[in-house]
Amino acid sequence: MKQFAELIRIIDGTNKTTLKVAALTEYFKTAPEEDKLWTIAILSHRRPKRPVNTTLMREWATEISGIPLWLFEESYHIVGDLAETIALILPTTNKSSDKSLSQIIKELIDLRKKEDEDKKKYLQENWLKLNYYERFVFNKIMTGGFRIGVSQKLMTRALSQATDIDQDILAHKLMGSWTGENTTFQELVYQDNEVAMRGKPYPFYLAYAIENEAADLGDVTQWSAEHKWDGIRSQTIIRAGELFVWSRGEELVTDKYPEFQKFLEVIPDGTVIDGEILPYKNGQILNFNDLQTRIGRKTVGKKLLTDVPVVIVAYDLLEWQGEDIRERSFQERRAILDQLVDHIHEKEKQEELDDKSISDSSSTTIPLLISETMSFSSWEEVAQERERSAERKSEGLMLKRKDSPYLVGRKKGDWWKWKVDPFTIDAVLTYAMRGHGRRANLYTDYTFGLWNDGELVTFAKAYSGLTDAEFRKIDAWIKKNTLERFGPVRSVTPHHVFEIAFEGIAPSKRHKSGVATRFPRIHRWRKDKPIEEANTLEDLKALIPTDGGFLKDD
Amino acid sequence: MSKPLLQFTKKGIYCAAAQVYLDPWQPVNKALITHGHADHSRWGHKNYITQHDNVPIIKHRLGDINVSSIAHGENLLINNVKFSFHPAGHIPGSSQIRVEHNDEVWVFTGDYKTENDGISTPYEPIKCNTFITECTFGLPAFKWQPQGQVMDDINKWCAQNNADGKTSILFAYSLGKAQRLIKHLDTSKMNIYCHGAVFKMTEVLRELINFPPTHLITKETTKEELAGNIVVAPPSAHGSPWMRKMVPYVTASASGWMAFRGARRRRAIDKGFVLSDHCDWDGLLDSIEATECENVITTHGYQDIFARYLREEKGLNAISERTQYEGENLNEAEKPIIEDESKPSNTNFSSSK
Repeated sequence: MKQFAELIRIIDGTNKTTLKVAALTEYFKTAPEEDKLWTIAILSHRRPKRPVNTTLMREWATEISGIPLWLFEESYHIVGDLAETIALILPTTNKSSDKSLSQIIKELIDLRKKEDEDKKKYLQENWLKLNYYERFVFNKIMTGGFRIGVSQKLMTRALSQATDIDQDILAHKLMGSWTGENTTFQELVYQDNEVAMRGKPYPFYLAYAIENEAADLGDVTQWSAEHKWDGIRSQTIIRAGELFVWSRGEELVTDKYPEFQKFLEVIPDGTVIDGEILPYKNGQILNFNDLQTRIGRKTVGKKLLTDVPVVIVAYDLLEWQGEDIRERSFQERRAILDQLVDHIHEKEKQEELDDKSISDSSSTTIPLLISETMSFSSWEEVAQERERSAERKSEGLMLKRKDSPYLVGRKKGDWWKWKVDPFTIDAVLTYAMRGHGRRANLYTDYTFGLWNDGELVTFAKAYSGLTDAEFRKIDAWIKKNTLERFGPVRSVTPHHVFEIAFEGIAPSKRHKSGVATRFPRIHRWRKDKPIEEANTLEDLKALIPTDGGFLKDD
Repeated sequence: MSKPLLQFTKKGIYCAAAQVYLDPWQPVNKALITHGHADHSRWGHKNYITQHDNVPIIKHRLGDINVSSIAHGENLLINNVKFSFHPAGHIPGSSQIRVEHNDEVWVFTGDYKTENDGISTPYEPIKCNTFITECTFGLPAFKWQPQGQVMDDINKWCAQNNADGKTSILFAYSLGKAQRLIKHLDTSKMNIYCHGAVFKMTEVLRELINFPPTHLITKETTKEELAGNIVVAPPSAHGSPWMRKMVPYVTASASGWMAFRGARRRRAIDKGFVLSDHCDWDGLLDSIEATECENVITTHGYQDIFARYLREEKGLNAISERTQYEGENLNEAEKPIIEDESKPSNTNFSSSK
């Protein structure tokens, strides 16, 4: 544990990427194999299931710290991180522990099956043997997402430096459904195990948002445009007669979309398709909210399958006839993909004609569509197509260089997203709550209101969009202008106006304002505007499109 | 019911019987001043009264003011109210103020810490009935390491930077924290260079305290001179073009807030050292106990939480009061954007018990 805690201490103590990578590289060169494996697992969000719920952790920690529970909760609101709060309030001791990271993780896995009394004894004993950073790491392993400023990309870079294996190859090896329990460091990093690789997705290629003018990208004829669909980015793998569907979050979601099993009948082995899962019914794309009803479910019932059927809109082809074709040009990959999808649908039509007895044709349709690529002769035309995004229910355009390979991770240059401009409205800051993580102890989570009959009605919450310096200023102001406190929330004197941007808008029964917005965030601080000049609820409602809005609310 | 000996008013903490204010935040006729930080010794009072050691400090900061001073422990009678200054251990020249009238004793701490930092006269607990205490770090999450250990870490860090060919830039309050660092930095292999604000204040304090040599960074200071040495600067210098001369450098901040990972990461500094001139949780509780007081008024910091703890867990008659003191502010140079203190005073012990 000491070595891992020291690694986390170094990473946590710097904001310089080079130092983080150097510390990780050193760790990957020197740590025991088992610890290395678990480190990769933890940093790629594959930590073992939580052995103890956080309510009990709080109780047991306050018990040995001799403070009342309410004081712990207050401290937690301010510190903003549960693992850190527990580490801070525990009494300091002179004891120490020589357990390795993998040993502690194994103990935590075993702990899950034990009685509460044993769990309590184990945690309290170990807490007192660990120093501050070891405690923090120990708690983090139990409480949640290990977000400490190391992306998977950084970790892969360090591992590549330590092992001399190419970064992109490593990125591929680290994908998939392995856990610290079912593999070894050797197997994961060094072996090319066919079985292990069978269900493995390729790392996704992700685009950055366009920075300036689209026209700056140069010759328009070098670029292919397509709509950016608002669903779940996915990778569909057909290998050795088996189907695997992965979401971008590296979650295996095959079982959530049983309709895709049909692919096995028409798509040959050795095919990998990058595409978007969209809710789609009677030739229409449904709203993202409809899809959300399916995301959360472990099993999908018949009703849901009929109410919210899904399709994959294919963007790209990464593997064809068992060959990794990511190095080929986008144009070439798309040519094969277009042909594949065309062929499937033609065959389907043919079969329908052959067998007229099947009346319910929709149930046999293969849920695979193609994301249409468009070529233009001027950037103005591209811009005009982007204007049509709302009516096509897309978020904007994707621009892909026709000769680009399929890269690993988020890269600039060959692919860009060019989203439609968001809606904006000027609203008044009414409530504030302390943030978490690096914003802990700062009031950074805000609620905004719009005028309605001389009152401010809450319409959205937003957490992002201001600079650190702006957050600090507003935080200082909030602390001096609090009207009332409700636990971690403060109501403040209405005084500041902010321009709020959001992606979608629709009527909603759930919201007090009667309106729901999608991805609200702070666009800028309107220091020039007095609160009287903020917008009204009527102004907001006027933004709802006549067809009921992009975001449908149940 | 008679009025409390000290009241929280719009202008500051007021002793009606003597018609004087303690660390007022608006201009008054007569102000008793605990220490030289800007939120406690403000501009514009007609008469300043403080402890001897604090005189050069507030004169340096406020210029030509009308100031008189007394020694620690010496009594000052104003309208039959007995005032005295006692060491607060916060920064050089800092004091608590004891107020006695009709057998009732109040103590106002200003800012204070219990650990002896080697430059401030160490804190002494004063017995009283009512204790007005700051609680900047009044949460059990704050536990300080002994200064020796923290300075050891800082010195090791500077030595490592020196070995890496880098300049160490330490950000610290120009009054107090900066001198605390300078006093304990290991200068056997490195020189200390200072930002103007830090340098001038250190020169003022040399009258009272023995410091290792410091060098002022001027336009003439060369890059080569600075390389691998230690620079002490106020937090406001962070990110300014002034730092260009020190490239390649690594930065660190020394503050109690560095105990929080969030605060550390937010500052975009390379290293955070937890070193505070205020009490930690145990320091606050120990000093309250040592005063043997029945009443506690908590001021700046986590005052509501801390007062509730003292009431419920320690059986003390504790309430919190709003002031305009800022405790350990990480942004020394930043002024709050709007000041609005509309909340009325709630000092009323008979009804809160």
